[in-house]
Formats: sequence, structure tokens, C-alpha cells
Amino acid sequence: MKTVLSLTVNGVAHDDVIPDNMLLVDYLREKTGLTGTKIGCDGGECGACTVLIDDRPRHACLTLAATCQDSRIETVDGLSRDSRLTALQRGFNEKLGAQCGFCTPGMIMASEALLRRNPDPSEADIRDALAANICRCTGYVKIIEAVQFAAQELASGELAS
Amino acid sequence: MELLPDLKLHHPRSVEDAVSLHAAASSGRYLAGGSDLLVNIRRGIEQPESLVYLNNIAEMQAITEATGQISIGGAVTLRELAESAPVRQHFAAVAQAAGEVAGPSHREYGTLGGNLCLDTRCVFYNQSEWWRSANAYCLKNRGEICHVAPGGKKCFAAFSGDVAPALLLFDAEVELAGPDGRRRLALADLYRNDGMDHLTLGQGELLVAVHMAKPSEAVHSAYAKSRVRGSIDFPLAGVAVRIAVSDGKISDLQVGLTGVSPLPFLVRKLDKFIGRAADDACLEELRDAVRGQAKAMKTTFTPPHYRRRVAGALAQKLAASFF
Ligand SMILES: Cc1cc2nc3c(=O)[nH]c(=O)nc-3n(C[C@H](O)[C@H](O)[C@H](O)COP(=O)(O)OP(=O)(O)OC[C@H]3O[C@@H](n4cnc5c(N)ncnc54)[C@H](O)[C@@H]3O)c2cc1C
Ligand code: SF4
Repeated sequence: MKTVLSLTVNGVAHDDVIPDNMLLVDYLREKTGLTGTKIGCDGGECGACTVLIDDRPRHACLTLAATCQDSRIETVDGLSRDSRLTALQRGFNEKLGAQCGFCTPGMIMASEALLRRNPDPSEADIRDALAANICRCTGYVKIIEAVQFAAQELASGELAS
Repeated sequence: MELLPDLKLHHPRSVEDAVSLHAAASSGRYLAGGSDLLVNIRRGIEQPESLVYLNNIAEMQAITEATGQISIGGAVTLRELAESAPVRQHFAAVAQAAGEVAGPSHREYGTLGGNLCLDTRCVFYNQSEWWRSANAYCLKNRGEICHVAPGGKKCFAAFSGDVAPALLLFDAEVELAGPDGRRRLALADLYRNDGMDHLTLGQGELLVAVHMAKPSEAVHSAYAKSRVRGSIDFPLAGVAVRIAVSDGKISDLQVGLTGVSPLPFLVRKLDKFIGRAADDACLEELRDAVRGQAKAMKTTFTPPHYRRRVAGALAQKLAASFF
């Protein structure tokens, strides 16, 4: 069965005919060609597929694309503007928040959701917000420093995204 | 990872439409957040031909208060439940339990209804298709024997939703809608002690809302769970405690458990604590009473005796925090 899906992805409007059984992560990667969002597990365990749906972090691997009618989807692919990284992306770069990099898109989107809600998070707030995102390389300390770096940059007036 | 089967997704706007769309489908399932059902589908455990999506039904998305009462829609998300001011004020254990489910991203779309109707869990069942097939499946799904208790014909897969034991403390009622109309049921009667068929929902019935009466101001409640990873995990044992202490004596006490048997339940025979002095001896007795009724089976990698002991210890700790 098929559905006509209308939504925006990173600010761009899309109208697509998609099968009802298509997961949002497959829609993003295969229909829109945005491969930043990763598939790391067989459903909801790792957080690598975290995207923002109407500003809220959710798993694209446990969301049927056809349930996202009229939604605003944001992925890691859409963050930087005019080749300039956002504060969060710079944080992950500066603080070595990414090693193999596979979890990074999910980490960045979950952190992005946090900083929009709470621009001045404590370390505990950051740990809470990233609890559903698993990283097998960094030991998390560098990821937390990356988010703190971004929060500081934002507080000092740098552009977010 | 299995591909999702070809299926039809329905988007009803009312409870009645959802029920009739479900009735018209040959093998249909209700879909809320999908954080349990889509995992099972992806693992080849379920292969429905149609899904009836519940999250566009306004009636199921509201938390409403009337004098002394609260009603929480089945499609309210766990984040909304955890953050709701009246729930936090009058039913602290419920808000805490909702806030302890999975991780923050799951709570954005996982719903109360999905949490209460969650499938039971077992280390031999929540596995990929190839894992289960290599192990000749098991009684609960396509197999002939139970790997937990190979001699028997019973499934012990554990109900592992966090919110149910907290709701049980407050005698919650569930409002159900099905092909024969609506009915109300005590939440405790939604469950039966059978890991293969733990819900008493009738064919095509869905959970519209949960209703509860607010307890007196003297009543306190809290929820705690033990889990392998503090950040994100199902409960090895989840414990909800409701308590009131006046003049140093216990005047109200209930303990709800999850994760230790195929159904969530209230610990029995706690009446003996009413009127007792709230002291260490009483806490130790409470711990032993809870431990005695938390009859966990080998459904997790963590051994059952640990889950029994930790259930008792959590009840003791929670009760002590109000002494
Ligand atoms: C990594 C991971 C960790 C998790 N950890 C926990 C945890 O710690 N604690 C916990 O409790 N859960 C946990 N979960 C499970 C799940 O996220 C939650 O239980 C959630 O509340 C399920 O709700 P849902 O809306 O996503 O349910 P769905 O997956 O949509 O539905 C679950 C079941 O309920 C049925 N259903 C849904 N809504 C209704 C309704 N209104 N009426 C009748 N039937 C209905 C569906 O048909 C399905 O059978 C975890 C999941 C994952 C992937
Ligand atoms: S308790 Fe036995 S039958 Fe039930 S899921 Fe586990 S192994 Fe299967």
C-alpha cells in the first residue's frame, strides 16, 4: 500500500509517493539521498538514526515515514549553512567528540534538540539528553565536552544553526 | 534485521474509526509510538497486514482533570506524562516511572497505551529472526519448548513496562473501546499471569484512557528500577511504593512490581504493616515480603535471585525515604 507524503526535510518541501511500510530512516537515505542519518541497530537501541521531528529528537528507524505527514524533519545534513559548521559541529571537531563517527549524527541531533530547549545545560542535563545515544569509541567524556563547547560558543554570541 | 512486511497503514481521527478499521482488517495491529511493535515486526516476531495508527486521535492525546479525578489519554507520550504538573503533584510514582522508561528519545514518541500493552519480554524471545531460528524458537513464538523452564508448557516472559505498577498503586481504571462499544476495567484486570497471552483485551479492543482518583494529601509515592545500564534499559525489577505515615505509624502502604513476572501486580498481604511504627524492623520485614513475592524466572541475563533481592531492597529504600 502507498501514501502520498508531504513534509519538509531540512527546510525543503517534499511530496513523495512512498510505501506504507517505509521507515523514515530509509525514506531519508534512499528517497531524499540524505545519508547523514545512520542505521546502527535493529531498532531503537543505539540512537544513531536520531533526527528532529518538529524540534523533538526521535528514532527514524522506529518511525514509519507515512506517519510524518506535514512534519518538519531535520537531519545532520541540514545543519551547516554556506559551508560554515554550527557551534555543535565545531564542538565535536574541536573536542574530538567523534572517533569512528558513526554515532555522531545521532549525537549531534540529540544535542541540537537539547540546546534548543536548554541553551545552558549542566553536565547532568547533557548526560540525560544523550542517554538514548550509544557510542562505542569515545567513552562519552569528549562528547559531553563537545556539547559544553557549543553551549559556551552560543552564549558568547556565535550563530547556532 | 528483517524487512517490514507489505502493509496498509490507517490514520483514523476518532476512536470509533480506529476500532472499525481494525475490525475490517484480517491481521491488524494498533500502532502507537511503535517503539515496541516496530521492533518486534523488524525482528520477524509479528507480521501484521495492517496497522491502525492511534496518534492522530485527539481524544487519546489529552490529560484532563475533574474534581478529584484525572484522565490520561492512551496516546499521551511518556515525556508528557513525566512532565505533567497534576501527575507529578498527585501521582509522583507515575511521573517518575514514565520518566524512567527507555531513553529520552523513546519517551518523545512512546505512549502510555503502548507501555501498558507492551509485549512481555524474555532473553530467548527479544532476539533477531536468525538468533531465534538457530535456537529452534520457543513456546511463545513458533517453537515447541520453553528454554527457561523446558519441562513445562508455560511461558514466563516478563511484563516489563515501567508505568503499570505505579498506576496500580492508585487503583487506576482503563477505558477500553472495541467492536461492542466501550467498557471500563480495573487496570489489574487488564493482565493475566501468562507470558504468551498476558492481556485480557478483547479482539480489536484498544485502550482509550486511564482514569484515577486523586489520593489524599498525606499519601506519597515513588518509583525506582534496577537495570543493567542506568541510561537506557528495561527494568530487571521495577518497584512502585505508595505510603502514608502519620504520628510515626504507617497508615497506608502499597507496593507494585514489574519486570519480575508475566504481569505487573500489587504485593499482597501488606495490611499487616498498617498501624505499625515506621522503623527499621518494619522496613526489613517489608523488604522480605516484597522479595518473597517477586518470583523472577531466568528471562534476563541477570540471574533471578538478584532480581528478587533488588526488588526487596528497592521497596525498602523507597519506603525509608518517606519515614
Ligand atoms: C531500546 C529500548 C529500550 C526500552 N526500554 C524500556 C523501559 O525501560 N521500560 C519500558 O517500559 N519500556 C521500554 N521500552 C519499550 C517502549 O519504548 C515503551 O514501553 C513504550 O511506552 C511503548 O509505547 P509505544 O507507544 O511505542 O508502543 P507501540 O510499540 O506502538 O505498541 C506496543 C504494543 O501496544 C499495543 N498498543 C499501543 N497502544 C495501544 C492502545 N492505546 N490500545 C491497545 N493497544 C495498544 C500495540 O498494538 C503493541 O502491541 C524500550 C524500547 C526500546 C527500543
Ligand atoms: S519464558 Fe520460555 S516460552 Fe516464554 S519467551 Fe522465554 S523461552 Fe520463550
